[in-house]
Amino acid sequence: MTIIGILQIVLFVVVLVALAKPLGAYMARVYQGEKTSLDPALKPVEKFLYRLFGTRETDEMDWKTYAVAALLFSAAGVLFLYALQRVQGFLPLNPQAFGAVSPDSSFNTATSFVTNTNWQGYAGETTMSYLTQMLGMTVQNFVSAATGMAILIAFIRGLTRHQSPSPSGRGVRGEGHRGEGLGNFWVDLTRSTLYILLPLAILVSLVNISQGAMQNLTAYQTANLLQPTTDSNGAVVTTQTIAVGPAASQVAIKHLGTNGGGFFNANAAHPFESPTPLTDFVLILAESVIAAALCYTFGKMVGDTRQGWAILAAMVILLTTFMFVAYWAEANGNPAFAQFGIDQTASDANPGGNMEGKEVRFGIARSALFATATTATSTGAVNSMHDSYMPLGGFVPLFMMQLGEVVLGGVGSGLYGMLVFVIIAVFIAGLMVGRTPEYLGKKIEPFEIKMAALLILIMPLTVLGMTAFAVVHPDGLQSIFNPGAHGFSEVLYAFTSQGNNNGSAFGGLGANTFFYNILGGIAMLISRFWLAVPTLALAGSLVKKKQVPESAGTLPTYSPLFIGWLIAVVLIVGALNFLPALALGPVVEQLMMK
Amino acid sequence: MLSQLRPALVALIALTIITGVLYPFAITLIAQIVFPSQANGSLIVQNGNVVGSALIGQSFDAPKYFWSRPSATGPFAYNAGASSGSNLGPTNPALLEAVQARAQALRAADPNNTAPIPVDLVTASGSGLDPHISVAAANYQIARVARARNLDVARVQQLVAQFTEGRTFGILGEARVNVLQLNLALDAVK
Repeated sequence: MTIIGILQIVLFVVVLVALAKPLGAYMARVYQGEKTSLDPALKPVEKFLYRLFGTRETDEMDWKTYAVAALLFSAAGVLFLYALQRVQGFLPLNPQAFGAVSPDSSFNTATSFVTNTNWQGYAGETTMSYLTQMLGMTVQNFVSAATGMAILIAFIRGLTRHQSPSPSGRGVRGEGHRGEGLGNFWVDLTRSTLYILLPLAILVSLVNISQGAMQNLTAYQTANLLQPTTDSNGAVVTTQTIAVGPAASQVAIKHLGTNGGGFFNANAAHPFESPTPLTDFVLILAESVIAAALCYTFGKMVGDTRQGWAILAAMVILLTTFMFVAYWAEANGNPAFAQFGIDQTASDANPGGNMEGKEVRFGIARSALFATATTATSTGAVNSMHDSYMPLGGFVPLFMMQLGEVVLGGVGSGLYGMLVFVIIAVFIAGLMVGRTPEYLGKKIEPFEIKMAALLILIMPLTVLGMTAFAVVHPDGLQSIFNPGAHGFSEVLYAFTSQGNNNGSAFGGLGANTFFYNILGGIAMLISRFWLAVPTLALAGSLVKKKQVPESAGTLPTYSPLFIGWLIAVVLIVGALNFLPALALGPVVEQLMMK
Repeated sequence: MLSQLRPALVALIALTIITGVLYPFAITLIAQIVFPSQANGSLIVQNGNVVGSALIGQSFDAPKYFWSRPSATGPFAYNAGASSGSNLGPTNPALLEAVQARAQALRAADPNNTAPIPVDLVTASGSGLDPHISVAAANYQIARVARARNLDVARVQQLVAQFTEGRTFGILGEARVNVLQLNLALDAVK
């Protein structure tokens, strides 16, 4: 570890926290329909869209309607993206003349992008036409993110709106007389896309293109090699085909929307996706900043920004801690290399450490920073190959996902996941002191705890169940690339990633098989929608509750004590679920190294 | 419930047009006008021929050239049509064999050099297309290249310095040397 390396992590955290307030305040204005500086350009478009959809801004939806709207929209997205891949060979903007993608791979990829996972069994530059990348991947990068954000906003409304007792003692509808309404899915979806994701995507695209990120629609380029080389069959190769395409526009939103599916196979390790350390910085920031700022938005919308800061503090403490663990593990390098006279000591001239699967321009610190951020958020893009990380270095991304994608997490989904943990934390604390648990003035009762428990248990059940199945099934074992405990980690990582809508991989696993495409596709659907629907049900139950006034016995959910308590609950639940499985993978591998 | 079906379909179509057609085309248009070189892959053209990209590495194993990092792309190294890392785990015997073979090849090309080999020269990059080597990796090769070309070590050092890029703002990333640009410059030395 070097001072410069540590500073890079500190700089990222400082900028992230500094941006949370301005962006969070802006998003609160957007979702509450208040004036913003982008109104002159976007209001007319927004109004026009509502007319097309046949909806009005003031149409309120109860939780069931909201869920149905989100599910129908996602289902339409899956069908469209599946069909697009199957017929891309007949469509334009396909200079490399790629044919249809196989049915099982198309299914996996369609669910993957619609569920905001962006697990990729395919390699972009050898599979997908430009049209598929634009109409399929880029669009879902936007709208799957916007769907997550919409569901979060509905959940927040469930907490803030309430039935208040009228002077006559009969219940009347609370704040804004909205009854059981959680807002309007189409409005939240549209605003997330137009006012938040689109402007930021344009900004990030242009910054990255100025640095050398690729953005064109031409056929692949051919270069004459300076020194001819030979291929694996011994044939002489004199030219290099350089894959190009409309990458930067897709890469920008793949990070902002915590999607993560690369335009190119090597994802953000590819120099055309992320050509410089600056683009790397921008991309890591892009994938974290909306999730972080949504905490502030939450605080703003519930009328107490301390509540938002408390959650963000818990997230940032967890994130930073694990970044340093990953950095430490990778900076130590691979002890087995010492016998060959390899210099792994970091200096101003040498990145040092475990450089297998990493790029020189990023070095160890930026790679570890990226790996932690991409798995703490549900992005899943990579700027280095996680499969080649040291056992403890690879443990960090694996564990970040296994915490349930709540340390920042996916845009929207991360915070609603964390709010479920808050409810559990409040509940356990309530049990300890013998008081009825409440959060933001809403009583936490059996239904809420049932839903919260369901939300927390579905993920490990999916991940561990599918991993166990894959390691006893011949089709599951066949795809394993690395031998021994590391091979088990590959399978565990695959289902952890898909079961948490992350999308990164221990890429050695040959995942583009019928077995993994179908099983993984199911994991992604469960993880996205089986969590989104109970979350909305929870919101539907909360919105019907009365506001309990704060009293001396109310547990403050913004104190440092509560932040520490929340961190403990997240870590304990994650560790209880996954330590046995982790012991068979990275832990064994680490012990075998010495 | 079916009342949500129409908005679902219409929203998908409308947002597809905005984010899947207008957005990427607008970015492409701006990119091609404002940053044409970058947006088209930072290609290096010599005498009307494309000889590579400043952002995409090439494979070198002649003593007179600086060698790039190992690349795991198939079926040949630095296949810019199929980016990939090795995905070899840290305890995989295949990784250790590969590192040993790479170290031996470097030593065989420069038997007098007994310095430890910088790690990036024996490990495959994440993309398989890494255009850079570390400054240490360049320094390790200077004597060999100078000898093979009958050049002054100082002259080669000067060229290495010319194609060395420091950390962005002095803090982000790592200092690095662009291998293809350096080798092209070496070939141009009279």
